[in-house]
Amino acid sequence: MVGTSLGQALPMAPPLATSTFSQASGTLLGAIGAVAGFLAILAVIFFVAGRVTGRLQKPLAVIICLVPALFLLLLGLIVPAITTINNSFKNQQFLGELGTKYVGLKNYQFAFTDSYTLQTILRTFLWLIIVPTITVIIGLVAALLLDRMRRNAVPKTLLFLPTAISFVGASVIWGYVYDYRAPGSPQTGLLSAVVMKLGWHNPPHWLISSPINTFLLMVIMIWIQVGFAMVVLNAALKSIPDEIIESARLEGASGFRLFRTIQVPMIRSTVVVVLTTVMITTLKVFDIVFTVTNGNYNTDVLARQMYADMFVTSQVSRGSALAVILFVIVLPLMFYNIRQLRRERTER
Amino acid sequence: MTTITPPLDPAQDEVLHGKEASRAVRKALSSPIASAAVILLSVLWTIPTLGLFINSFRSKEDAATTGWWEFFVHPSFSLDTYKQVLTADGGLTLPLVNSLAITIPATIIPIFIASMAAYALAWMRFRGSDAIFFTIFALQVVPLQMALVPLQQYYVKGLQVFGVTIIPSPHVNGTLAQIWISHTMFSLPLAVFLLHNFVAQIPESLIEAARVDGAPHLRIFRSIVLPLSMPAIASFAIFQFLWVWNDLLVAKTFGSSDPAQQPVTARLQSLTGSFGAHQELLAPAGFIAIVIPLIVFLALQRYFARGLLAGSVKG
Repeated sequence: MVGTSLGQALPMAPPLATSTFSQASGTLLGAIGAVAGFLAILAVIFFVAGRVTGRLQKPLAVIICLVPALFLLLLGLIVPAITTINNSFKNQQFLGELGTKYVGLKNYQFAFTDSYTLQTILRTFLWLIIVPTITVIIGLVAALLLDRMRRNAVPKTLLFLPTAISFVGASVIWGYVYDYRAPGSPQTGLLSAVVMKLGWHNPPHWLISSPINTFLLMVIMIWIQVGFAMVVLNAALKSIPDEIIESARLEGASGFRLFRTIQVPMIRSTVVVVLTTVMITTLKVFDIVFTVTNGNYNTDVLARQMYADMFVTSQVSRGSALAVILFVIVLPLMFYNIRQLRRERTER
Repeated sequence: MTTITPPLDPAQDEVLHGKEASRAVRKALSSPIASAAVILLSVLWTIPTLGLFINSFRSKEDAATTGWWEFFVHPSFSLDTYKQVLTADGGLTLPLVNSLAITIPATIIPIFIASMAAYALAWMRFRGSDAIFFTIFALQVVPLQMALVPLQQYYVKGLQVFGVTIIPSPHVNGTLAQIWISHTMFSLPLAVFLLHNFVAQIPESLIEAARVDGAPHLRIFRSIVLPLSMPAIASFAIFQFLWVWNDLLVAKTFGSSDPAQQPVTARLQSLTGSFGAHQELLAPAGFIAIVIPLIVFLALQRYFARGLLAGSVKG
């Protein structure tokens, strides 16, 4: 860093605040400069292209508007995706390694036979089943109860709030719930304190006790995702015409029966979309596991192990195979969601 | 539902209309038990964040030895840890600035690139435009995890096929530009898709009138399409801002590991890893890291919900 090297060279080190300030303003100016530069280039291109008239005008406009997006997509998604699939059939270990050879399906065979990786895959499926199901159930109940409460803005905001919190931030927040202290000493973790009040004198060290730690990590994910499920499902419930609710009510349906026979069937397609969406997010869960346990104590999941294979333990090809497996699992969910989204658009 | 649709009582139908009727239905449905359950649930949902918030203001000793709920019995208040976390070497001041410096370009640049593409695909008909739109649309299924290693290699040595460099490296290794470019790339399928849907619904008469007046395509884009697309752009911008601000994976992969160059998420993540050392800084650091998205969220909740809904398929 600039500050330290200056401090070593000069007898009087500059105060940290000054160097921090100059570095901060430099970074920020760089970012603003980049945006300004980008806009300036755009303005120049638009200006020059604006001079062109006649037959060339339209093709030129098409090129100017489309080429940046297509170039970035080609370079950032299409070529890399093909490269990753290609890599997954090789024996590459290190980033940038030369002279790698094709080894067929060996990396996939490894993924499904190596006991650690196999456990990771099975654990990811556990996440994939439990998190979306519970999220949708809580979200649905919350959406329905909110629908039957007047002046619900504050509780709705509170339930929705975790959606804006990063997975890393949420992991830190829940760290204060799962914190462990020996039973004799004053407790700092909420969970330990509560269960000890309830009479469990020797609670486990939550985050290193398998298999409970995996479920505790899932709770963090559910906590974040419920707000999303609730808001979407609440909007769907509101879009049911009042006449239908009213006539059902006059028929004598109320409370749970109204919910079960009228409201839930009418928002079924939205429920499924929320479920698949949470599934996609859950499949890619990386931050929570990476931050809380870094995959230790039997908590590893696909996206975390893939990252480690690629960038930490130098098993690029094995990591690539895991990425492809992730892609293959996501694919049908994505297709379903996108199709549903399109259908809704055309219906509107 | 088809079994229970009797005709409404005509007398009642006359009394209640529109909003009034809707309000009456809601009122009839609202119940104290539901309200109590909602309040209980929302309190339960808030407790973890409240714990972090309270701990961040307690003195170092108190936070280390007792639970945050002791605050209600033995209140103690100290801003020392905040001061430390903001001023110390390796503290959060630079990461906060870095997060801003990452998020601003990574939100603004995709807006322009995507809206230009959306306009071209929606209003400049040419052979293959449908196929291009569908391809971009379909790229939403590619998880960004598939792109990490190859893209990182591209930044290091350019795009090579059989050892021949086709596209040279942009030479931005180790700078924030890598993160801007990566976020821009990953955002495009969703951004083009969202903005295309909006841009395509601009009344044809508006565009036609401008064309008849002889306005070239690029001027139509600048003076008609861009201003009219503001609602869609706002939704996307909020979604993208929060997505980039909260991202860890892209920042970890393409960013520097130097604490002075990390965004808040990455810095916070490395703080959690340093067992024992600086545990007292975790609560204030955590709160500082989440406060900006929370403000954005609280101020723009409605747009956020819309963006979230639309962006729910982002890879």
